[in-house]
Amino acid sequence: MRQQHDAAPPDAPLVTAAHDGHRQVVAAANRPAQAMGLAPGLPLARAQAMVPGLAIVPAAPAEDAAALRDLAGASLRFAPLAAPDPPDGIRVDATGCAHLFGGEAALLTAMRRWLRQQGFAACAAIAGTPGAAHAAARWAGAAATVIPPGEEEAVLAPLPVAALRLCAEVLDGLRRLGLETVGALAAVPRAPLVRRFGPEVALRLDQAFGRVFEPIVPVHPPAMLAERRAFAEPLLTAESFAAVIDRLVPAVCVRLERAGQGARRLDLLFARVDGAVPAIRIGTARPSRDARHLGRLLAERLETIDPGPGVEVMTLAVPLAEPLAWAQADAAEAAPDLPALVDRLANRLGEDRVYRLAPVESDVPERAVRRVPALAPPARASWPPSLPRPARLLTPPQPVEAMALLPDQPPVAFTWRRVRHRVRRADGPERIAGEWWKRQGEVRTVRDYFAVEDEAGRRFWLFRRGDGEDPQTGDLRWFLHGLF
Amino acid sequence: MHAASDITPAPAQAALLHELRARIARLERRPGRARVRPLGFGLTAIDRALPEGGLARFALHEFAGAGPEVEHGAAATLALAGLLARAGRGPVLWVLRRRDLFAPALAGAGLDPDRIVYAEAGRAVLLVMEEGLRHPGLAGVVGEIEGRLTLTASRRLQLAAEASGVPGFALRRTRRFDDPALAEPNAAATRWRVASLPSPPPLPHAADTQGLARPRWRLDLIRCRGGEPSSWTVEACDAQGRLALPADIYDRSAAPGSDRPVAATARRGAA
Repeated sequence: MRQQHDAAPPDAPLVTAAHDGHRQVVAAANRPAQAMGLAPGLPLARAQAMVPGLAIVPAAPAEDAAALRDLAGASLRFAPLAAPDPPDGIRVDATGCAHLFGGEAALLTAMRRWLRQQGFAACAAIAGTPGAAHAAARWAGAAATVIPPGEEEAVLAPLPVAALRLCAEVLDGLRRLGLETVGALAAVPRAPLVRRFGPEVALRLDQAFGRVFEPIVPVHPPAMLAERRAFAEPLLTAESFAAVIDRLVPAVCVRLERAGQGARRLDLLFARVDGAVPAIRIGTARPSRDARHLGRLLAERLETIDPGPGVEVMTLAVPLAEPLAWAQADAAEAAPDLPALVDRLANRLGEDRVYRLAPVESDVPERAVRRVPALAPPARASWPPSLPRPARLLTPPQPVEAMALLPDQPPVAFTWRRVRHRVRRADGPERIAGEWWKRQGEVRTVRDYFAVEDEAGRRFWLFRRGDGEDPQTGDLRWFLHGLF
Repeated sequence: MHAASDITPAPAQAALLHELRARIARLERRPGRARVRPLGFGLTAIDRALPEGGLARFALHEFAGAGPEVEHGAAATLALAGLLARAGRGPVLWVLRRRDLFAPALAGAGLDPDRIVYAEAGRAVLLVMEEGLRHPGLAGVVGEIEGRLTLTASRRLQLAAEASGVPGFALRRTRRFDDPALAEPNAAATRWRVASLPSPPPLPHAADTQGLARPRWRLDLIRCRGGEPSSWTVEACDAQGRLALPADIYDRSAAPGSDRPVAATARRGAA
């Protein structure tokens, strides 16, 4: 990840220079400079010879580190735990919060979009261990990588050993032994490796494959509203955690109220005796400082926390808050409290699985519906009532065998799932043309829809691809698309 | 109730029964539970057959398709949408298992899309339904339940509905015809089967009309707590969610030798 420098145009080569003890060398190069063959470690004099008029800025490692820490603090919007991973990375512990973004891939997409808005180009990876995610983000060659649980070894095997965060001397030694990839290194017997290179190689391998736990030292931006309780004796039971939640949440709510704000995200961190920090993250659809509601959301997810040898500190933080107007308590109780229900369902099922459906002006049935957030303002629109539509839509439409007269007669009979239905009555055709402005393949396609009733009175929504005259409009196959 | 004459009580008995029912209702009524209008079908013939004059709001009701329609339950879905369309303006929670519900059809039965919150619950349909039923302020909770609905699970839902006054609707679906899971007893206050019926023969003055008329359903009430099972033929929901009685069956004069309407037969059956 590299921060773009404001002073130079972004497409001009730019490097930062630092002193390595003997001479000035390139510390970092932007993308145009890299394209010209400049790389970190190159002597500055040679770089200037290679690229005349090269823009050079003195490196500022302390400022870089501070900026990285700030960025890690800002990335708490995605997960309860984040830490800088110098020199150029951020580590985020996203355990149990991907569902708030609609899955792990969507979480990575959201992160990269956010970083792009901040002016950073970034690669991201998500994996079961920090070591594997670190390696995949830098060396997998993709902008976003999701490693499914248990597949760390398979994904890391073809990557170079440099992906394992080893120091330069060790890398050099491994290269001399001919060990190029992580897979080759993992296959070598441990004892000689440790004798030769010390424990570092084995430790990094174990961290990447999840055999050794690697704690995270999370950042806490000072501006973030948080409440903390430390315990003389480590806590172990869910009941005791619930009791602490009952004290932490009202304390946070009082401070939110004073600030005129409501929480959109809440993080509850459990600092364990052994250094692990399991966490609960909850989200609300609307800002809230209702202690009962927030406490209940947190308590519902307590079962995901493994107390291990015991928890010594619990911290409740509010990484995302929004202004919330003062409301009279009794007025709020009288109205149906839909946001509370939506929050509870979204935290249980995932935010993308609680929604409303709103109309889209499209004649193609699959596109006539779009999802909107459950608490979005009412659309005050509906579908055209004149067109009868089936209650159940089959996706994708199921092919049926049908007999019909061309060009525009309904089928006489059709066979669906090996059952033959003789058509007694029918309405149609309703011609729906492809939306050529959406997809190139739909320039000419046409579907002729028929609503038919069989002998038993069941009603089906069938369509034929093509208008029955011009073969370019479709291949005349019949499909069942819905049931009335 | 359009009932067969052998089960119609005499007027004196009817008054007595009415008074006893009212007393039981007073005894059963929980403190703070005001008299709430039940969810009516809007058809006197059906509403009068139900003990509260409609579907009780403090209860769980079961709807399912019949025969091969049980997998998709399209008619049952529309019947529910029509019922909820006339059940006030509050939000409705619709708990989904599969992604095959087509929202324009619900709007076509009069249920405003702004009122419906969908939750895709996967295997947790019962859990999410219970969560919704504990939430006063909803106009109803619909759960698409595949597989079994045990006595214990349905009792939990029933208790949640009783406590909050939010009517619960279990929309049963199964991939198997004649699934024994559908016949198992459960705690629902009423259990309904909705079957599509063939359209009536074409009108005499337009014999070659082959288009679709308004669909017809057979509504079977197969179990009703405090009522009798019975069966009706109705015309499907219109754009405001109203059912209708088919004119050709209900308005025609009784056939000679028969002293009751054809469709409104109340059948005695095992509850």
